[in-house]
Amino acid sequence: MDLRNYDFGANLHWFEQGGQRIVLDVNSGSLHSFDRPAWEALQRLSDCGGGWEQAKQWIAAKYGAVEAEEVFLELQQLAEAESLFTEDPGFVAPAYPQDTVIKAICLHVAHDCNLRCEYCFAGTGDFGGERSLMSSEVGRQAIRFILEKSRHRRHCEVDFFGGEPLVNFGVVKELVEFGRQEAAKVGKTIKFTLTTNAVLLNQQVRDFLEANDISVVLSLDGRPEVNDRMRPYADGSGSYKEVSGNIKEFVSARQNPSPYAVGTYYYVRGTYTHNNLDFDQDVLHMADIGCKQVSVEPVVAAPQDPYAFQEGDLPILADSYERLADAYLARRRTPQEFDFFHFNLELGKGPCLPKRLSGCGAGYEYLAISPDGDLYPCHQFVGKEEFKVGDVFSGKVDTAMAEKFRSAHVYNKPECLKCWARFFCSGGCHAAAYNFNADILTPYQMGCQLQRKRLECAMYIKVKEAAAVG
Amino acid sequence: MPKHIVTITKANLKDTVKTGGCGECQTSCQSACKTSCTVGNQVCVK
Repeated sequence: MDLRNYDFGANLHWFEQGGQRIVLDVNSGSLHSFDRPAWEALQRLSDCGGGWEQAKQWIAAKYGAVEAEEVFLELQQLAEAESLFTEDPGFVAPAYPQDTVIKAICLHVAHDCNLRCEYCFAGTGDFGGERSLMSSEVGRQAIRFILEKSRHRRHCEVDFFGGEPLVNFGVVKELVEFGRQEAAKVGKTIKFTLTTNAVLLNQQVRDFLEANDISVVLSLDGRPEVNDRMRPYADGSGSYKEVSGNIKEFVSARQNPSPYAVGTYYYVRGTYTHNNLDFDQDVLHMADIGCKQVSVEPVVAAPQDPYAFQEGDLPILADSYERLADAYLARRRTPQEFDFFHFNLELGKGPCLPKRLSGCGAGYEYLAISPDGDLYPCHQFVGKEEFKVGDVFSGKVDTAMAEKFRSAHVYNKPECLKCWARFFCSGGCHAAAYNFNADILTPYQMGCQLQRKRLECAMYIKVKEAAAVG
Repeated sequence: MPKHIVTITKANLKDTVKTGGCGECQTSCQSACKTSCTVGNQVCVK
């Protein structure tokens, strides 16, 4: 085989974790577990610039000629099967029309909140503007907007967001009923989700969410002291007691939701910061109180914020992810088992390549709508006037901005082209890139490093689970 | 029977170009994250 021009760093990723030698073939998405001779053969191939015979001789000298023949035959067979040493497929034009097709909206039904979370990117709910609620009229126009702009797509998505959407529960209820009626008229389906801090998640709300098959993302940061430090009420008192009680009641009634967020599901979603680098303990705490679907994510903060990550935090966070992966495995098939969203990894049945290139779709498939009906590329850009792309009443969307976001895929980001994780994160969050680098084409590096670590843990889990079965 | 390498998952991303791109799956940011791009944590709904 001739691998002399092969870019090992961009097209393969190999790492050790928990005694496993794990190899990802980036471009096919195939995952392998190597023994030591094969592992050293791969390392040698990389070190000597793809020199096949040179690497083989090195392995033969160390392990014997027979072993070297076996290893290199297996490497060659995998290459022939397009499971190893594959080349980057290159940019694939989307299969769908170039015209903007908006299939998902984040509906800011309330720019107001009953909590004052320290790290809130919405400026504790108001997004830097007046505290306000979305009117029924704006909400109805938003529903009409997505049903029209989704064009040929049958499945539309509406997320009730804020601030805190349940402070405007009346409009939420009205829009669900209106949305169902309007969608039925045009042969479409709207999938509703609601992202809430759970302060107002009482029996009436729970009944409504259950009766209407609404998926829910519930915010909780974990252990009481961790949650209360960052998620206080306006008077400074902690929210854990009331919120965790409401969440426990809600999740106990919603049985067997999909870990992949398909159908009607829930996720309890937390944020970790510099204050809780041992966030694995928060995930386990939430699992222990009955939250079986958990997603905990790194805070996105300005460097001067007291809870922002600091130099030296990364290895500590990496250890936390590794501990969490081992705890996840130890609890599988026990009453204490849980799902962790970032450990979801269906390599064989994952998203198609066009989806991996389109990423979150912000700006051209996915828009956020402010209480006044203004359109932004996503919820994190709301309030940044330079990113306003239209409004629901005119129905026009800034096509130049849409194209700018559509073009912000991994093949237009130099740093992504050489990164092995490019088909998993799709180039990362545009808002994080903009907030840190004032450029949506320059990814937020801390986010990239954490993304790669949790992907390694997810692959480690795959290998360990396969070993347990095999 | 391979002795040195165990394939855990055989995938072929390139082939999904022929079958994918329908766009009917959920927008990644609507699922659970809202702050990071989690396309790789989703599944194809076809």
